[in-house]
Amino acid sequence: MVSTAKQHRTPLARARGLGAAHHGVSHFIIERATSVALVPLCLWAVWAGLKLAPVGYEGAQSFFASPVNAVLAILLVLIAARHMSVGMRVVIEDYIDDTAMRIALLLLNTGVAGLFAALAVFSILKVALPGLAAH
Amino acid sequence: MSDSKPSAVVRPAPLSPHLQVWRWHVTMAASIATRATGIALYGGFLIIAIGALCLAAGSDAYADFTGIMGTFLGRLVLFGVTVSIFYHMAAGVRHLVWDFGKGFEPKTANLSAIVCFAFGLVAAIVVWIIALMTGAA
Repeated sequence: MVSTAKQHRTPLARARGLGAAHHGVSHFIIERATSVALVPLCLWAVWAGLKLAPVGYEGAQSFFASPVNAVLAILLVLIAARHMSVGMRVVIEDYIDDTAMRIALLLLNTGVAGLFAALAVFSILKVALPGLAAH
Repeated sequence: MSDSKPSAVVRPAPLSPHLQVWRWHVTMAASIATRATGIALYGGFLIIAIGALCLAAGSDAYADFTGIMGTFLGRLVLFGVTVSIFYHMAAGVRHLVWDFGKGFEPKTANLSAIVCFAFGLVAAIVVWIIALMTGAA
């Protein structure tokens, strides 16, 4: 309810901080741009899964020693993490009414996606570049 | 309210009807499945990231990971991830077509929903048949 006292403020001042901060547009675009990239990357990932499953540890190491495979895997991780964190954000915003809980879950979502993306990229690089990893 | 300007009438925010009052139809199921597979793929991403971590940690950790994924439950989860990948991919393409303003006619939308479900299942089954034939599963 707009109180009488607040009607001295301009409509813009009343709207600030309450609604669209225009981040929604960038999320919309990120969701779609990443989805286009993920079509070929996920097809590659399924193929990679079929290649990796029967070959064991040494086979997996030599798979990621290929620069093409390592770069595609890193691209997949980064783009999938972005896509899923933006997608999960929409789910959280849709279903979680409580503001404190919503903010907590949004932070957790961003954190989990970022953490696991970083772990996966580091792991791929460590396997792809064994000379660089100190044991 | 004494002022002459019309003041904003605050009504409760409109709520969309709850699941229970909707007649079940295929476009609705496709919409729910798109979100559900998206959430499932969030989990699938975490599993694969942990797999990469295990691979980087060494042969023992990687053997543990492949051992767990090779159990019946592990394979079931991976099959679910495969279905989710292909279903969510098809649904995503369907959404991209919608973004260009096409495909909203009820007949087209119903058909494309069925195509997404069929593609998700058939593509996953084909991949797992290939996996069984090549010793991957």
